[in-house]
Amino acid sequence: MSTDPLDGVEEGPAWWDHEAGPVVRPYMVTGGRVRPVTVDFDLITFLVATATLAADTPSPEHQAILALTQEPRAVAEVASRVDLPLGVVRVLLCDLLSDGLIARYDPPPTDHLPNVETLQAVIHGLRAL
Amino acid sequence: MDSVRSDTAPVPQALKILVAGGFGAGKTTLVGAVSEIAPLRTEEVLTTAGVGTDDTTGVATKTTTTVAMDFGRITINPSLVLYLFGTPGQNRFWFLWDELATGALGAVVLADTRRLADSFAAIDYFEQRNTPFVIAVNCFDNDQRYTVEQVREALDVDGHVPVLLTDARDRMSVKNVLITLVEHVLTMVRSSVPA
Ligand SMILES: Nc1nc2c(ncn2[C@@H]2O[C@H](COP(=O)(O)OP(=O)(O)OP(=O)(O)O)[C@@H](O)[C@H]2O)c(=O)[nH]1
Ligand SMILES: [Mg+2]
Repeated sequence: MSTDPLDGVEEGPAWWDHEAGPVVRPYMVTGGRVRPVTVDFDLITFLVATATLAADTPSPEHQAILALTQEPRAVAEVASRVDLPLGVVRVLLCDLLSDGLIARYDPPPTDHLPNVETLQAVIHGLRAL
Repeated sequence: MDSVRSDTAPVPQALKILVAGGFGAGKTTLVGAVSEIAPLRTEEVLTTAGVGTDDTTGVATKTTTTVAMDFGRITINPSLVLYLFGTPGQNRFWFLWDELATGALGAVVLADTRRLADSFAAIDYFEQRNTPFVIAVNCFDNDQRYTVEQVREALDVDGHVPVLLTDARDRMSVKNVLITLVEHVLTMVRSSVPA
């Protein structure tokens, strides 16, 4: 059996130095805040900017989110497109929310499966793909 | 409040399906096969005390690590959008599964016939959470070494859980997996509705 010390490094935990750059920078963006204080955002919560780009928007990252959400977008999609970790994006979203620059549309309560009509619509839509 | 954005498209209802399975089981491939956008990834940065990483010193070290979640999108109709999330392959990110599984419509567990046991963890997880799921057997070697019944037996899943053979690279095949899952959910919803 191989005992090569490099075994698994490629796929292993990415907590080595080369990751430090991208890891550190996002938290500068949020001023070191790591989680939203007030509200949380589901991955599929939809966001819509309520304003076009405001000149006094706090930061380029906030601007980028506003630009993206000129049409409805899910949180996961926003995070992916602005290329920031989810936790960071959630903090920025809280800022935008409290500044009234963005509206959120949450998915239905999580303790219920969708109703029959919705499920039938999904099946129908998938068949038509 | 009066909206200045009357030109904006209506906000659709979003539904979420998880794609789970062992390392390299084909999760990203499956999402990509049916997504209307190239699979995107979103990352979560985790800061953890380095438990067990430096036992000799006893000094708690803090480490950061990133974990990626793939996702894709299928627009069912203007008011209904389906998101597919590929769960992180490594088991130590279970707690992220909780966030992903919350509110999910259901899950696809990808089983790789070369390593069936790799899917046990995902099956247990969804069984315990009562998340509806189907098992999609990814046939890497096209000589189909197992039948559906053999796989069902090997995985020891409930008789009502759909098990089907698939090719994660094939759009029609994946589409069929998703339809089977939603039909399974529909059956569960119907049977739980009081008469
Ligand atoms: N023959 C065959 N190959 C497949 C199939 N699905 C995926 N592959 C290949 O298997 C490899 C792994 O697939 P991925 O989709 O990256 O697997 P994954 O589950 O996302 O992997 P991790 O995220 O690393 O856990 C890729 O090279 C795919 O092209 C399949 O159905 N048949
Ligand atoms: Mg993958």
